[in-house]
Amino acid sequence: MPQMTLVQAINNALDTEMARDERVVCLGEDVGLNGGVFRVTEGLQKKYGPDRVIDTPLSESGIMGSSIGLAMAGQRPIPEIQFEGFMGPAYDQLVNHAARFRNRTRGAITVPLTVRVPWGGGIHAPEFHSDSPEAIYVHNPGLKVLCPCTPYDAKGMLLSAIRDPDPVIFFEPKRVYRSFREEVPEGDYTVPIGKAKVVAEGTDVTVISWGAMVFQCLEALDGLPEDLSVELIDLRTIHPLDFDTICESVTKTGRAVIVQEAPKTCSMASELSAILMEKCFLHLQAPVQRVCGFDTVMPYAKLELQYLPDAPRIAEAIKQVVAY
Amino acid sequence: MPIRKVYENSIEFVQVMDEQGVIDERLGKDLLSDEQITFLYEKMVEYRRLDEIAFTLQRSGRMYTYPQNKGQEAAALGSGFALRKGVDWLVPCYRENGALFLHGLPPELIFLHWMGDERGNAIPAGVNVTPIAIPIGTQMLHATGMAWAFKQRKEDRVVCTYFGDGATSEGDFHEAMNFATTFKVPCIFFCQNNQWAISVPREQQMASETVAQKGFAYGARSIQVDGNDLLAVYKVTLEARERARAGEGPTIIEAVTYRLGDHTTADDARRYRDSEEVAAWAQKDPMIRLRKYLEGKGLWNDAKQQVVEDRAKAFCSEIVKKSEGIAKPDVNDMFDYLYAEMPEELRRQKETLRTHSLGQDPSQAGLRSSAASAR
Repeated sequence: MPQMTLVQAINNALDTEMARDERVVCLGEDVGLNGGVFRVTEGLQKKYGPDRVIDTPLSESGIMGSSIGLAMAGQRPIPEIQFEGFMGPAYDQLVNHAARFRNRTRGAITVPLTVRVPWGGGIHAPEFHSDSPEAIYVHNPGLKVLCPCTPYDAKGMLLSAIRDPDPVIFFEPKRVYRSFREEVPEGDYTVPIGKAKVVAEGTDVTVISWGAMVFQCLEALDGLPEDLSVELIDLRTIHPLDFDTICESVTKTGRAVIVQEAPKTCSMASELSAILMEKCFLHLQAPVQRVCGFDTVMPYAKLELQYLPDAPRIAEAIKQVVAY
Repeated sequence: MPIRKVYENSIEFVQVMDEQGVIDERLGKDLLSDEQITFLYEKMVEYRRLDEIAFTLQRSGRMYTYPQNKGQEAAALGSGFALRKGVDWLVPCYRENGALFLHGLPPELIFLHWMGDERGNAIPAGVNVTPIAIPIGTQMLHATGMAWAFKQRKEDRVVCTYFGDGATSEGDFHEAMNFATTFKVPCIFFCQNNQWAISVPREQQMASETVAQKGFAYGARSIQVDGNDLLAVYKVTLEARERARAGEGPTIIEAVTYRLGDHTTADDARRYRDSEEVAAWAQKDPMIRLRKYLEGKGLWNDAKQQVVEDRAKAFCSEIVKKSEGIAKPDVNDMFDYLYAEMPEELRRQKETLRTHSLGQDPSQAGLRSSAASAR
């Protein structure tokens, strides 16, 4: 089985689905000739032609709005927004249109599109290239929000996303794009939407994370005392959430630490804390802890590693919650 | 030559039938038969009546809000008649009801929509109309994408999207025009320039002398038409349709018309515009010149008018009956259509009609008593 990076696995998923389903079209800024600024779509235009891998004008609302039209008329568009920081102009189309057509037409018109978004910090990118806005799209009803962080999961979940009848945002953690390789099958397989993964089993405390932060958590786990048994959950999908996996784990451990890149206030971590409060209150041995980005704007590259949660910050929170 | 002209263009204004109902012989030749003109005039009478009924329903509390179409019927019907029912697609705003009805949209759906019922957007399969678009300008991109899909699949279909003069200030108008022309998709951009965007007049909306000329910036064919002239609107839309089918790309049509009513029933246009202006435009009402034409041809008289008025009345009561006769939606309706497969949390909210979970969520059941006894 070939070893692939996250970038290669996503590319392989796009290739797999474009070969299988001629309704699939990729479109976005620089995705064709240049293969995308992260080379995620490398080679696809050569293979499938400029009518299926389309270099669009520099126009995020245009990309999103025309993708909605493509989907309404029966294609399976995969628009790329080049960086999460540029989702702003596409927000109206995503939230007010992609997310609502099924509901407002009582199912007569649907929008099966998958928008791919390179996402998050840690790669010394310029400003507006390192944000974590995922909670905004969870808050708005009608979308599904995926954020796998391993090559295997990314390929399988992207194939699920493209085949999903509803609009999906597929966040790709840039920091993980080329950070490691793992075995990824060449052929067709899917990983379900809405299922979290227990990365490490444990009994003393549950750590919940997603995206690039999963690897910071793993690093934190390495430095903890050996007799501390930590369960690490990679959510993989943040909407719809896998309540069972989260609640079973916290019911078992009685302690939870949530780790995310995004600012703390009104975030996924806030939502998860509330869920644990509602569903696991009587099992909790300590207050739920959130290890997050600060409630500041994402700093420029020089300070980004101090902004983003890292292994020491995560380890400290785990120790505190266990000692409570 | 150090300075040379690199671009030049001009906008043509097309009128086929003047305000006296006289048809230009050259432009009007073989355009529409007298039967077709009569049919469209009768539809205009019906839909004008329906528009008035909607207004009355709102005033008596039987409809929440309604944007009147009054005065713009020629733009809607002329363009709608030029497009192929069941083949081409209409991607409307909310002031071209006549075009949608011509293409098979049951009028009671429009009523239902404005009565606050999503079922008004549940457009029957086979009716190639998308739901009316409320946020301004966003639908032009959907039209562009749909036309793009038809081009990709080599289907012989044209998409026509409708919008107002104000919408051309929105970014989505420009992004849609740019996409549509760059990828040469079979899309018609039909602007109903009715001179007012709620209270802001066209001159305050833009410095360009015409809306149509904005199309030049994107390489679109751009034309202005007398929007109160059914025949002219039909003619330019037909040309745009054939151009799109031939792979020559989008046309922007600026139909110069006038919003005779308020923006919506929540608006009072007397606050911001002169009654003389309204009165002057009322003289250019598209129905007046059509009737003059038909009368001149000996095809129309008061008796015929009465027959059509009576028929319109019956048609309207039927639509009112249909839209008011439907039971209020079940509360489940809120939840059932958001996703193809309902997420777990949403299902819980639907089943309990609560967002708080204690006592409602089975996963909490019995927990407290067992925890208490363990203590």
